[in-house]
Amino acid sequence: MTGQRLTVDPIGCRAHGLCAEALPELIGLDEWGYPLLAGGLVPPDLVAEARRAAAACPALALRLRKS
Amino acid sequence: MTTVFTPMARTLPSHRQDLATHTRTHGAVPLAAFAGDGGRRGFIAEVGAADIRGRGGAGFPTARKLAAVRGRRPVVVANGCEGDPLSHKDKALLTLAPHLVLDGIQLAAQAVAATEAVLCVHQGSTAIASAVAALAERRTDPVSVRIVEIPRRYVASEESALVNYLTTGDARPTGKEPRPAERGVSGRPTLVDNVDTLAQLALLARTGAATYRASRTDLVTVTGAVRSPGVIEVQAGLRITDLLVRAGGVTEPVSAVLAGGYGGSWLPWAAAGEHLGSLPGIASVYVLPSSACGLSFTATVLAQLADESARQCGPCMFGLPALAGDFAALLRGDADAVTRLDRRLPLVTGRGACAHPDGAVRLGTSALAVFRHDVTSHVRDRQCLTRTRRAA
Repeated sequence: MTGQRLTVDPIGCRAHGLCAEALPELIGLDEWGYPLLAGGLVPPDLVAEARRAAAACPALALRLRKS
Repeated sequence: MTTVFTPMARTLPSHRQDLATHTRTHGAVPLAAFAGDGGRRGFIAEVGAADIRGRGGAGFPTARKLAAVRGRRPVVVANGCEGDPLSHKDKALLTLAPHLVLDGIQLAAQAVAATEAVLCVHQGSTAIASAVAALAERRTDPVSVRIVEIPRRYVASEESALVNYLTTGDARPTGKEPRPAERGVSGRPTLVDNVDTLAQLALLARTGAATYRASRTDLVTVTGAVRSPGVIEVQAGLRITDLLVRAGGVTEPVSAVLAGGYGGSWLPWAAAGEHLGSLPGIASVYVLPSSACGLSFTATVLAQLADESARQCGPCMFGLPALAGDFAALLRGDADAVTRLDRRLPLVTGRGACAHPDGAVRLGTSALAVFRHDVTSHVRDRQCLTRTRRAA
């Protein structure tokens, strides 16, 4: 079974922080407002939330990818 | 700084070799032996058997890189920029043995069926004149090579930054994907190799993998408290202590060495028996005398690395100045600086589009470990250990 993984494009990210609001279970912010992602696969029960968080990123820097 | 010792003169001659001297020393470049599809496959297999790895710092197997370049009209980019101030081997190589690099470019171009090659050097580099003169001597090269001067910024010579500059004129990194082999210069499949790596291909093509492996040498830049700083050619796998003997020996008591350039790791002097090849980063050793403060040196380098950030990725743009500031505060005796560094160092690494912030973290983290007594002295006693050492 393939899972899904969150990635952030570090150049695209503008530290809006919406991702951490949408998915606090897997995304924190560092002191400068840039996301810190929990490593590993997104748990199945959070995949829908993760998809919403990626869609909420104004810079389109957060992505949910099959791995 | 350009002292070159060549008792193992395999790659670096003591004087510049023009095409005639180069051909007398090494023989003509055996391009015909590796021509055609079979020849190309054979050459890549030979590079794999010789275990040649990228000599720009990443150490990635070169055969895999060659094999990954497929598609229409590939480009070869020879990286001779050498942005790290503690490395001079690529400049030495281009200055003294430009034809080894140019032979390597032709061999690599043939192996990936490239139709064009670019030799990248930093703007105003002292190696340009030698490369230009060498290029003018070569009339039978199947693939044309142009020399491009790259802006003198630390991250401008990172692989994706070179591809970006050659495509758009913007010398900033673009990230790990797409790989240049898939989509590089102007969207074409691209091989980016360090000039030293390409020179190794030129040597290998003449000897074959078995002989190459048996007589392999490394070009290492040794600076700091040694009698004869410069680029030294040594047999592969030498220990750092033996390397320093080859650099004329140390000039005074030594407390630590910085292996791998500005983004490298500090090693306590007691650990200098280690092999340089087992350490990450570029082939460079800086020797810190006991009379100098390693924390102060680190703070200066971190400030420079922060300054050299391309300011694209947040953790690098904000993280590196913060780390540099913490080190400066630590030197002034701010005990909280250590707490901040313990929190920040692990957070900055691995979060940029290139490895620039990772190198700064490696430097800072190793400094705190190797100079822990200096840290204590600075924050508890508000004084630098080197002053007490000098007074003793």
